[in-house]
Amino acid sequence: MSRIHIDWTRCDGHGACAELLPELLTSDEWGFPVSRTGERDPQVPRQLTEHARHAERSCPLMALRRV
Amino acid sequence: MNTPMNVATRPLGSRRDTQRLLAPEHRGHQGPVDDLPALSLDALKALAEESGLTGRGGAGFPTAIKLRAVAEARRAPVVVGNAMEGEPLSDKDAVLLNRAPQLVVDGLLVVSHALRAKRTILAVGPGIGTEAVQAAADRRRERTLVEIARLQGGFVAGQESALVNQLEGRRAVPRDPLVRVTTRGVDGRPTLVLNAETLAQLALAARHGSAWYRSSGTHDDPGTSLFTVSGAVSRPGVVEAARGTRLGDVLAPAGPLDPVAVLVGGYHGAWVPAAALDTRLTHADLRRYGATVGAGVLHVLGSGRCPLRAAAEIAGYLADESAGQCGPCINGLPRMADSLRRLADRRPDPRLPAEIDHLRRLVIGRGACAHPDGTARMVASTMHVFANHVAAHLAGWCPTDERGPR
Repeated sequence: MSRIHIDWTRCDGHGACAELLPELLTSDEWGFPVSRTGERDPQVPRQLTEHARHAERSCPLMALRRV
Repeated sequence: MNTPMNVATRPLGSRRDTQRLLAPEHRGHQGPVDDLPALSLDALKALAEESGLTGRGGAGFPTAIKLRAVAEARRAPVVVGNAMEGEPLSDKDAVLLNRAPQLVVDGLLVVSHALRAKRTILAVGPGIGTEAVQAAADRRRERTLVEIARLQGGFVAGQESALVNQLEGRRAVPRDPLVRVTTRGVDGRPTLVLNAETLAQLALAARHGSAWYRSSGTHDDPGTSLFTVSGAVSRPGVVEAARGTRLGDVLAPAGPLDPVAVLVGGYHGAWVPAAALDTRLTHADLRRYGATVGAGVLHVLGSGRCPLRAAAEIAGYLADESAGQCGPCINGLPRMADSLRRLADRRPDPRLPAEIDHLRRLVIGRGACAHPDGTARMVASTMHVFANHVAAHLAGWCPTDERGPR
């Protein structure tokens, strides 16, 4: 099972990830992703693997990675 | 740089039985010259493990684990001594570099030799004299060349990856922690960054062995530490004390003046109330206050100063010192500092504590480095330890004022 890791030095709060992975991420009032589980690098359940891949590809700053 | 509090550099000495780093024989240019042991990597690993040495730069990470991570890498590593001392309340690395420079250099040489390091660097922050440590390095020139790098400062400039960045000519900002500097650091090589005091402790342990090292301190917190005492004291300065010494006993040589609480661990630390000055300075004993020994910063808050005002100033400073890379830190820290300031100003807004709590939780774990987490820790401790002040401020008065100025 993979985790998603946000490189905060790259993230600019575009918000694509939170839209594509609402089960794992929400946005703070400035648009930056917030882990719903409270984990620093939230685990991706198997059924969300495709969505996580999509979110990874959709980040315009390549700030989100599956690790 | 505008810092809320200042410290005067001065060693206050130590009790005779805890004099190690600050012992007279290590003073200045009379430091030991000939008896530097050349440990093998296995011997150094065993020494770090058996002595239980932990980092003295703030995070308190076991030195043995860092050492192992770098030793496992294939390429020859770079060894960096960290004397950046970006914490404004800390002066112990400056005192150490001036007072016992040979110990810092020798610690570097022992580690570099064991790891067959490609480069050996001592990174020194602004305002710290390098004359004595340069002389100490010159004396060992035939064994290993130590590059002394004078770098620019800032609160986060001493963070490992920010330090590596600056050594490579980049901006001194932390890197994403996914790839640690122990894997890829200076020149792309595995890099071992150890605090200057950690290196000095290691130099002594290499000479005298782990049993000697453990003869001071407690079983779980062995050895001594340097402590920088500042704030409401008559003689601010640096003290060496065994781990496990009572907080009040470490403060005593500095002469605390009517203390209300002590900020333990620096701006990222936590408050220990004056009623608990008999708390022992170990990780286990400090845990109930959310504090750690950290880099040994002890800042005394006197009875004449409003704790919420002091905390708001620190939070404002920390917000200004954000590296400006990570959104939650850029947005969250100034808001948190502002809410704390409004509380200090006695704005009768009952939502303030909940807002501070929300912002504090929001920034934790959401950055490349521990700056947001450390700021949140100090703020949480302030709200908890000074709960009576918070309640009074929300009701429009301040207990400090009621007592009148000192």
